[in-house]
Amino acid sequence: MSTALEAASDGWVVTKRNLLKIKRVPDLVIFSTIQPIMFVLLFAYVFGGAIATPGINYREFLIPGIFVQTVAFGAGITAIGLADDLQKGIVDRFRSLPMSRGAVLFGRTSSDLINNVFTVIVMSVTGVIVGWRINEGFLRGVAGFAILFLFAYAMSWISAVIGLSVKSVEVAQSAGFIWMFPLTFLSNAFVPTSSLPSALRPIAEWNPISSVVLALRELWGNAPAGAANGTGFPAQHPIWLAIGWCLLILVIFVPLSISRYRRAASR
Amino acid sequence: MANAIIAEQLGKTYGSVTAVVGLDLVVPEGTVLGLLGPNGAGKTTTVRMLTTLITPTSGRCEVGGIDVCAHPDKVRRIIGVSGQYAAVDDYLTGQENLEMVGRLYHLGKRRARQRAKELLEQFELTDAADRPAKTYSGGMRRRLDLAGALVVQPPVIFLDEPTTGLDPRSRLGMWGVISDLVKAGSTLLLTTQYLEEADRLCDDIVVIDHGRAIAQGTAAELKGQMGGEKLAVAVGDRSELVPAADVLRSVGVDEPEIDEQAREVTVHIERGTAALVEAVRKLDAAEITPTNLEIRKPTLDDVFLTLTGQPAEEQPGGTQ
Repeated sequence: MSTALEAASDGWVVTKRNLLKIKRVPDLVIFSTIQPIMFVLLFAYVFGGAIATPGINYREFLIPGIFVQTVAFGAGITAIGLADDLQKGIVDRFRSLPMSRGAVLFGRTSSDLINNVFTVIVMSVTGVIVGWRINEGFLRGVAGFAILFLFAYAMSWISAVIGLSVKSVEVAQSAGFIWMFPLTFLSNAFVPTSSLPSALRPIAEWNPISSVVLALRELWGNAPAGAANGTGFPAQHPIWLAIGWCLLILVIFVPLSISRYRRAASR
Repeated sequence: MANAIIAEQLGKTYGSVTAVVGLDLVVPEGTVLGLLGPNGAGKTTTVRMLTTLITPTSGRCEVGGIDVCAHPDKVRRIIGVSGQYAAVDDYLTGQENLEMVGRLYHLGKRRARQRAKELLEQFELTDAADRPAKTYSGGMRRRLDLAGALVVQPPVIFLDEPTTGLDPRSRLGMWGVISDLVKAGSTLLLTTQYLEEADRLCDDIVVIDHGRAIAQGTAAELKGQMGGEKLAVAVGDRSELVPAADVLRSVGVDEPEIDEQAREVTVHIERGTAALVEAVRKLDAAEITPTNLEIRKPTLDDVFLTLTGQPAEEQPGGTQ
């Protein structure tokens, strides 16, 4: 077998191993399903009436935001999974095998992506029930999901670096998520950036989360009218900016994770 | 005979902490080397260096004639490692754990499944094959972990404290498994803090303490350094200690030692049971009735005590 094929096969073996865990601990699936449903319902019905989104129903505006927030948090479990493997010694077994060096990381990020895909399916159904629609046709619909999953995958690699840097699962549990609160709330995910104080507005507009959310809204026809979308470059080129952010994250965090993995595991 | 494992002046330091220093090891093919030492002596660090898990800070090592630091990937193909903390995935079944390892050794899907079955059979885990490893007992987990190290029948096997934490029955079972491996011709390096274990399983023993090798030899050679067998006589009353010592002086080969606390006199002897019989006669003639009378063969505990000045189990722990 060629090296590339071997690496892919190793990554898939580790992915399957991670997915088996989800099958064995179904509670994990149940809670990762309930949470997005709860978010959709709470935001749609609690904030729905209070937030003005010109030209579009708040629920349609909201769903792409919730999707992006949820996959970002979903990517946070990458940190926990890796910290857990390091702590338990299974990584020693992996490292003493003649397997591809990156397989543990590619396997982990892949299984977490699959998990995220599942969550998005559940949320999409919930979204449709509360009135969300993709208004721009099939291809743009698919393109939106592709960007969403690219973003989820990129976020997993940031999370991987965190998981490999902390000393225990407990720390990973908070360190993996805490930074996501300001990141997701200082964005256009839940409110139009035009409603933010002027000092925060540029931060929110250039936030990668906002770019991804806006890209989805454009592709799916869920965007509000005019200035509610934001201003300047990020508002004019959300799709390319979103893809650019994801690629930039991957270019930085994939090599960083691999070097962290080597160091963390060889202590 | 070629050497399966060679370490030359191997050393590892972590910042200012020295884990292993100037360690030389030679393990000929088909033999068992025991790395014997208390907690924190540097045993695990040594195994981790030899199995490519960490990089030595000094010296070099070879496994199967391959330089470990230069070609770790090649070394990984010919070794099996079973660690101190059983590296088993809790959520996978025994069968799935071994299949996964087989796949990662790039056995085909069917071959990996077949091999997993064979190993489960060999390690008496067939009944538990489809249960998640989470439900296994400590002994079963160890066996599963060891099975994982043997998936491709590697010629060189490293076992880091294979029986630590096992109950006596599981330990005996594990010893049986290890003996079988040796009979099948594998080269083994095993670490242990149990002297009896090293005595029983190893051809050659390196005693390691604070990261340094402090003695090397066969179990018999190490015991020989302790001056052979001892005759011990315990008496009921302290006043009998001195007369008993007088008797033993005439039987033994050196000056008897008196332990007031234990009311016991010991002396080194050379003629085994003949010396015992002689001692019984002379004690009887001197009207001393011992409460206990025995020949003590030196244990590796004595070796450790003599070499380090401390019993093996009560050493202060350092870094692993």
